[in-house]
Amino acid sequence: MIDDKSGIQWNSEDPRVQRLGTFFADFHPLQQPEEWVTYEVFHQRRRGEQHVHVGSVHAPDPELALVFAKEQFARRQHCSSLWVVPSSQIHISGYENEDMFSTTPDKTYREASGYRLRHKISSYKQAQLHESDR
Amino acid sequence: MYGGGYVFSDPEHQIPPDDPEKLAEFEARIDRGEKIEPQDWMPYEYRRQLIRLIEQHAHSEIMGALPEGAWITRAPGFKRKLALIAKVQDEVGHAQLLYSAAETLGKSRADMVNDLLSGKSKYSNVFNYPAKTWADVAVIGFLIDAAAIVNQVANSKGSYGPYCRALERICYEESFHLKQGYDAFVALATGTKSQRAMLQDAVNRWYRPIIHFFGPPDQESKHSKQLMRWKVKMASNDDMRNQFLDSYVPKVLELDITFPDPELRKDPQTGRWQFGDPDWAEFYRVINGDGPCNAERLAVRRLAEAQGRWIRQAIMNPQQSVTIPFA
Repeated sequence: MIDDKSGIQWNSEDPRVQRLGTFFADFHPLQQPEEWVTYEVFHQRRRGEQHVHVGSVHAPDPELALVFAKEQFARRQHCSSLWVVPSSQIHISGYENEDMFSTTPDKTYREASGYRLRHKISSYKQAQLHESDR
Repeated sequence: MYGGGYVFSDPEHQIPPDDPEKLAEFEARIDRGEKIEPQDWMPYEYRRQLIRLIEQHAHSEIMGALPEGAWITRAPGFKRKLALIAKVQDEVGHAQLLYSAAETLGKSRADMVNDLLSGKSKYSNVFNYPAKTWADVAVIGFLIDAAAIVNQVANSKGSYGPYCRALERICYEESFHLKQGYDAFVALATGTKSQRAMLQDAVNRWYRPIIHFFGPPDQESKHSKQLMRWKVKMASNDDMRNQFLDSYVPKVLELDITFPDPELRKDPQTGRWQFGDPDWAEFYRVINGDGPCNAERLAVRRLAEAQGRWIRQAIMNPQQSVTIPFA
């Protein structure tokens, strides 16, 4: 097969290339508006679970963002719902303020395991028992 | 599929000095095993090398879909056709994930696509060889994917958050690719005489490109030491190649398929694999655009871009401007 434009002889193993007949061998760069905005994608595996951020897609509008998100993030794993949000609509706290999240190093008072009661109850019962013995 | 980019040092490039205080803070974070996120300060060279690495990786996924994609119509049987379609779709999806990760570092997707189409960017050497028979698809699916997984598993433990997250997703999907490649490989190896001959022929042709795949032997350069320190590069080319040979050579040999290299053997003392001279000049020729299929692959890629242009323009929104993804 001979390319009309370049005159190059192609001996391709690829049947598609043999069928094409001609090559667009010229290089036409992508123009700025051909690059779409990004949408952040949130994926819910099953009803009742959280939507989890899984990545982003490029799309010209939300409707197509959902189509691309389905192809990109829901072709393998189970999915019950997707959200897409324009990246520019997400507000972030910024890592420069990361230290504001570390307050006191000991947070056991916020956890159930930080409250141990059984031994108190046991020793109280023990004491009661001795009382009644007397 | 396909493993990280190659790191070439170009002494011409001027690297502006980094703020030493911020650099120390950055390196301390990496030493603590913390990930770097797009909003963090990072050294100039870290950003530049990562863009190159992730971009080359993305291009390799796109170009890697071409030799296999050409075999979809000729895949033997419905199940193999379904699997190959799914695999090719995955590869293109991986490119999308990787382009997004590279974008977080500040290079736009249009610039990356343009650099690929103009022939400026590099991509993996292996996709510039022809896939002559169905056995080539089996060898690509088994051995090239296996080689890529060695690379990608290593890179997924690197320091840049968005790249690691993309790779985790990719590695999860790759495990099916490897298995379907192995399945096709074993089917031919345990098949008729002519099937075995076809497979042996494909292995003979792919052996050298696969040795090349991991890149040239490492030189003890200051450059690669720094990239290892920053966890951009996770293991040396030689170590990854050795790890691959260690795992996969026995899997091929047990099927009585051989490699066209009488010097290929494991040194019992060092535990390292040795192989004959793989002709690194060929690697450099292919990676710089002069392999058997470079021109054809690029032409097919340009054609795809040109054929898709009318639809991109039809749905274009002239009011919009580019945004960088967050993570």
